[in-house]
Amino acid sequence: MDEFILIFRHEDGGKVASPEQIQVWMKQTMDWIGGITAKNKFVSGTGLPFADARVVRHNKMVTNGPFGEIKETIGGFIMVKADSVDEAVEFAKGCPVLQGEGNTVEVRKIAKNDGVH
Amino acid sequence: MGQQEIIPHLFRTEYSKIVSVLCKRFGIDQIEMAEDISSDTFLTAAQSWGMNGLPANPTAWLYRVAKNKAINHLQRKHVFESKISLPLKKEAIEFQEEEIDLSPGNINDSQLQMMFTICHPSISPEAQVGLSLRILCGFGIDEIADAFLTNRETINKRLFRAREKLREEKIKIEMPPPAHIEKRLESVITTIYLLFNEGYYSLSQDSTLRKDLCLEAMRLCYMLVENKSTNKPAVNALLSLMCFHASRFDAREGKNGETILYDEQDTSLWDTDLISKGAYFLHCATSGKDISTYHLEAAIAYWNTQKTDSPEKWENVLELYDRLLKIKNSPIAALNRIFALSKVKGPEIGIKVAEKLNLTDNPFYFSLIGELYTPIDNNKAVEHFQKALKLLSAESGKQVIQRKIEKLSSGHQFPTSPLIN
Repeated sequence: MDEFILIFRHEDGGKVASPEQIQVWMKQTMDWIGGITAKNKFVSGTGLPFADARVVRHNKMVTNGPFGEIKETIGGFIMVKADSVDEAVEFAKGCPVLQGEGNTVEVRKIAKNDGVH
Repeated sequence: MGQQEIIPHLFRTEYSKIVSVLCKRFGIDQIEMAEDISSDTFLTAAQSWGMNGLPANPTAWLYRVAKNKAINHLQRKHVFESKISLPLKKEAIEFQEEEIDLSPGNINDSQLQMMFTICHPSISPEAQVGLSLRILCGFGIDEIADAFLTNRETINKRLFRAREKLREEKIKIEMPPPAHIEKRLESVITTIYLLFNEGYYSLSQDSTLRKDLCLEAMRLCYMLVENKSTNKPAVNALLSLMCFHASRFDAREGKNGETILYDEQDTSLWDTDLISKGAYFLHCATSGKDISTYHLEAAIAYWNTQKTDSPEKWENVLELYDRLLKIKNSPIAALNRIFALSKVKGPEIGIKVAEKLNLTDNPFYFSLIGELYTPIDNNKAVEHFQKALKLLSAESGKQVIQRKIEKLSSGHQFPTSPLIN
C-alpha cells in the first residue's frame, strides 16, 4: 500500500459563490472524503485558505500572494492510501473540485524514503 | 465525518445575520466590505469543514471566524489611517479594541434595522426586492437572476445601483423614530409582499427556489410580528395572507412541475397547520381600526382555504373584492372579482361585466371569459381560450389552457375554476 497526495488546483480561486452554493460544495466534499474514509484509505488533508497567504522569493523577499501572477491556485490537498496509482486516480475522479471547469486534481505518490523511491 | 446532517440553508441564514451586524458596525457605505467578509467566512468554513468535518457548534464557529476577519479588516484600516492618512490629515485617531457584537439580541436588532434601511422609500421597489433577497435572505446572484428570469448582469447592475443609492442618500442603519414607523413600515411590508409574490407566481422552473423565496418572505414578516414596535395589524394581515397561500404549496404543483389548478387540487395536501396559523394571524390583525388591502386579501385567501362551494363563500368573496378594488385597482383583482360575481349571479352576468373591462392584451382576461362560457357555449369558450393561449408566454400556463381546450373539444363537462392555484 502506497500513499498518494491529491492536490486541488483551481483555475480561478477568487470566484464569488452564493452561500447556498458554498454549502453544497462543502457537503459534497464531506461526502467524498467520507467515502474514502469508509474504505479506511483516508490519511489526512486540509483546505488552504487565502487569508495570510505569502510567497517567499529568492533573496528572502516576501510578498502577499499568490495573487494575480499565476492563473492557477492550490485550494487544498488530501493524502490517501491506495494499492496503485490507478486506485488513487479513481478517488481523485470523485473530487467535487473537478466540477469547476479548468480545475484539476494532481495525483502524486509520496516518497517512502526507503532508498528505492 | 459526514455522519452529522448538515443544517439546511445554514450558510444562507447566517449570511444575512452576519452581513447585517457588520454593516451596522461599519456603516452602509461599507456594505460591500460587509458582504465580502461574510462570503469569505463561508469559504473558510467550507474548506475547513469539508476536510475536517463539522465543528461541534457550527454557528458559533462561523461567528468567531467572521469576528476575526472583521477585526483584521478594522485593524488594517486603522493602520492605514494612523500611518498613512494621519500624517496627511493631522488628526488623532484612537484605535479601540473593536467590538463585533454577534449576540442574538444584536443580530435581531441589526436585521430589523437593515430591513428598514433597504426598504427606504428612496430606493425603487424593484431594487428593494433584489437587495432584500441578497442582504436579508442571503440569496446568490444566480438564484436571484433565476427567480426574476433574467441574467446575472442585470441583477448585478440593479444591486450595484441600489447600493450606490444607499450610499448617496447616507441612509443610517437604525429604526425609524416611533412617529414614522407606521409610514416606513408600509414600504417594508410592500417589499415582503412582492418577495412572496415573486416566489408564489414566479415562472422559474426551480420549485425549491420558489418555495424558499416564499418562506423567506414569511420569516421576515414574522420578525416584524415578533418585535413590539413593528407588530402592527397590517403586518399580521400580510403574514396571515402568506400562510393561507403557502398552505397550498404541495397541492398546486404536479410531479412533473405542472401547475394544478385550484379545483383540481388534492385537498388532503393542503397544509392545515398553515391554514390555522393564517387564521390566528388574521385574528391578531383585527386589533386596530384600519383595514388594509392585506386584510382584504387575507380574508379572500381565507375563503379560498374553504373547499366547500357555498353561496355564502362567494357572496363574501365578492364583497371583499368590491372593497379591495375601491382601495387598489388591479386587473387581476378585477378579473377575480368577476369570477366571484358569476358564482353569485350566474356566468351570463359575469361575461357581460367582463367584456366591459376590455383587457384585450391580458391572457387572463380571455381565459376568464373562456371559463365563463364553458357551461354555456363550447365554441365561444374554445375561441377565448385560444386567444389566451396566444398571449401567454409561460409554458406551465399554456399547458393548463391547452388541457382545457382538449377537454372541451372532447365534450367533457367540468366545473369552472377561479384563476388562482
